[in-house]
Amino acid sequence: MTVQFAPPSQSAPAPAVIVNGLRRAYGDRTVIEGLDLRIERGEFVALLGESGCGKTTLLRALAGLDPVQGGRIIAPRRPAVVFQEHRLLPWDSLWRNVALGLDVPDARARVAAALAEVGLGDRLDDWPRNLSGGQAQRVALARALVQQPELLLLDEPFAALDALTRIRMHALVRELVANHRPGVLLVTHDVDEAITLADRILVMRDGRIAYEHRANDSGTIARGDLLAELGVLAAPAHG
Amino acid sequence: MSNLEQAAGTIDLPQTTSGAGSGTWRYRALSPLALQALSWLAPVLLIVIWEAAAQGGYLSPQVLPAPSKVIRTAVKLTTQGTLLNDLGVSLLRAAAGFAIGGAAGFALGILVGFSAVAEALIDRSIQMVRAIPFLAMLPLVIVWLGVGEAEKVFLVALGVTFPIYINTTLGIRQVDPKLIELGRVQDLSTLQLIRRIILPGALPSILTGVRYALATAWLALVVAETIGAQSGLGFLAMDAREFLRTDVIVLTIVIYALIGVGADLIARWLERRLLAWHPNYGAAR
Ligand SMILES: Nc1ncnc2c1ncn2[C@@H]1O[C@H](COP(=O)(O)OP(=O)(O)OP(=O)(O)O)[C@@H](O)[C@H]1O
Ligand SMILES: [Mg+2]
Repeated sequence: MTVQFAPPSQSAPAPAVIVNGLRRAYGDRTVIEGLDLRIERGEFVALLGESGCGKTTLLRALAGLDPVQGGRIIAPRRPAVVFQEHRLLPWDSLWRNVALGLDVPDARARVAAALAEVGLGDRLDDWPRNLSGGQAQRVALARALVQQPELLLLDEPFAALDALTRIRMHALVRELVANHRPGVLLVTHDVDEAITLADRILVMRDGRIAYEHRANDSGTIARGDLLAELGVLAAPAHG
Repeated sequence: MSNLEQAAGTIDLPQTTSGAGSGTWRYRALSPLALQALSWLAPVLLIVIWEAAAQGGYLSPQVLPAPSKVIRTAVKLTTQGTLLNDLGVSLLRAAAGFAIGGAAGFALGILVGFSAVAEALIDRSIQMVRAIPFLAMLPLVIVWLGVGEAEKVFLVALGVTFPIYINTTLGIRQVDPKLIELGRVQDLSTLQLIRRIILPGALPSILTGVRYALATAWLALVVAETIGAQSGLGFLAMDAREFLRTDVIVLTIVIYALIGVGADLIARWLERRLLAWHPNYGAAR
């Protein structure tokens, strides 16, 4: 289905991550069961689902942070992750923070470019504690993107930001993803955020991907359907 | 309202121009400088009274010599006696004991902090040994090592090991697990993880240990030197006791106090330098 939108010159899209029959349990409580997922490089996927349905659990499994109890994940060795909190090291300057784990000879130059991309190019030697919440989260984004990841995992990265800052961050993220073209999985509670940013929206329920929406030709996803599937509006009868 | 005017006149509002430490809203009728002077008034007064009592013959020099006499003794012992030498010997003992005990405590702390096996293996033993007040070990240490340099350095090291050990393990345990997880996400090697995340995260606690250890090191030295020393400040004091030279005894006490203050200053300076990033320690900026 995606193929028909792709320009002819582009060959079959390269997957950023493939998940088959994933099972993840905490003790004997199964949170994810038989989950399938595929995200292409350059594709922006948003994941919605009611609280506690296992979104973070899925993201952590994809990041290789937790063991899984069944199924298969084919992911890059090193996906980049941005968490809800910025997780900057308070004892390191911004450039050292962004360079964390970046083993290249011209690290500082690469970091400078990445910080410039998020609008903080003049703060290389500043300290995390001098940043606002939005700025800190931008540094976290720079830290994720400076690695040039094939897969970018975002777990509610804007949830703690005020509405205005969040809108600015949306624009920034869209631009960054357009430039770097990683596969993106964005976990969010914000239906509108998902609609604004994503090419595809997944709704998780009962440990699986229960619904899937693709942006139509005009790039929109029906908000009402989503809310119904999330159980917010009176739901249409489900099979 | 006159009430308001009065308030404005007596409450010192924080001003950026009035220097560091002015950011409190406490009631102050005096300027910071005046308060500073006031805080020195009592100790100075005490010394003046002491001096006057000694000069007036109300205080037997056998009991407590006049402060001026102590100062004269200090000058005399420095120029003609062995005061500097004894001071050096004492400082060297403290430094050696601190280095050995600090290294041992730090190494053990790192080991236990990082390895559950090491913790299971040695933590309980260390905690049990720690329950002994280390000064109570002195007779045993003397039996083992005799009364010499080794015994003194050992006692200092013993006193230093535990605070450093405990605060190192504590610090490592308190490192934010979210930051350790970040280290894994960023694909750090174990060594990088330790260097970039765990040690910096544990540093505030480790430095607290250092500060505490400086105090116990000093205490250990005083006790060790009081027993069978041939040189050092403690020897000076015990030797003076034989001849009822209270001026020398008081002098050594004052020197011990000064060195204690000095050690504390060093510890604070370390904290300010190494924890500049930390909101609770770093110099205000
Ligand atoms: N470490 C854990 N041990 C046991 N159970 C856990 C653990 N972490 C999460 N769970 C459980 O797994 C389920 C899914 O949790 P998860 O954090 O993935 O939810 P979520 O979809 O991210 O929720 P939210 O939208 O509120 O962030 C929840 O029922 C939670 O209680
Ligand atoms: Mg979550």
